[in-house]
Amino acid sequence: MEILNLEGTEDTPKIILDKGNGIFEISGRSLPEDSAEFYQPVLDWIDSYAADPNASTDFVFKLEYFNTASSKLILDVLSALEDIDGMTIHWYFHEDDEDMEEAGEEFSELVELPFEFKTY
Amino acid sequence: MRYIFDLHQTMVDEHLILVYEGEFTQEITKSVLAMAERNMDSTGEESTIKRKVFNVMVECLQNIVKHADHEDRDNAAIFLIGRNDDNYHIISGNPIKTDEKEKLSASLEQINSLDKDGLKQLYKNIIKNTEISDKGGAGLGFVDMARKSGRKLVYEFVDTNNGTSFFCLKCSIPRA
Repeated sequence: MEILNLEGTEDTPKIILDKGNGIFEISGRSLPEDSAEFYQPVLDWIDSYAADPNASTDFVFKLEYFNTASSKLILDVLSALEDIDGMTIHWYFHEDDEDMEEAGEEFSELVELPFEFKTY
Repeated sequence: MRYIFDLHQTMVDEHLILVYEGEFTQEITKSVLAMAERNMDSTGEESTIKRKVFNVMVECLQNIVKHADHEDRDNAAIFLIGRNDDNYHIISGNPIKTDEKEKLSASLEQINSLDKDGLKQLYKNIIKNTEISDKGGAGLGFVDMARKSGRKLVYEFVDTNNGTSFFCLKCSIPRA
């Protein structure tokens, strides 16, 4: 399966979705001008992956910041991951970033997925 | 040239550290954010406060970008950042159609009537049920500003003589 690899910029996150190497990560800042357009390739990739996923998937969110329009799309990404067996979400937040910790908790309440919370 | 001094004096009196007036785009948003971040770095602001200020600035600036009518040159908006010993103030002003006033103030009144848990609930309700609008918003900006700042949103509409209203919004972030 093709690897989705997007370099991070000052307003978009770094994204690596690599089935072969088992790397699934969204990190950095997310405040794109058009969040729906930006996340569409990610949702499409997950859609294909869901047809033939690895036995277990560790999906990492290591976001420094995201805007509210991105939060809606992150929920869409999580919802797409919900249907994949063996999925675990690893939600990273900076140790003094309570807002990012709380954001992760809220997402975990909105979807049926195991979340592991980790600081960096 | 007197207005230059007056403007300068206003900025000093109101403790304004950044004022931008004009057209708002994503590129301008990034530039304003970068300037404000550099300013906070140079004054050694705490990272928790910096993050909150950044967060509120993004929502405020992107609100203006999304709702500005780029065809209309009379539609220029203003964005200000103030800082005193106790607070950062993120302030914006932009023209809106007079008939949008009622909807805006109803939404802001609802947000201001809620406590921390109420805002969390409202946020979750909106994010679950919302679709991204054609303007790219999720309808969560004001709720997020209220949550991140922990303060009420202060707003006022100034009626202009050309059938529009000027919407002024202030969100304060405590520095303690």
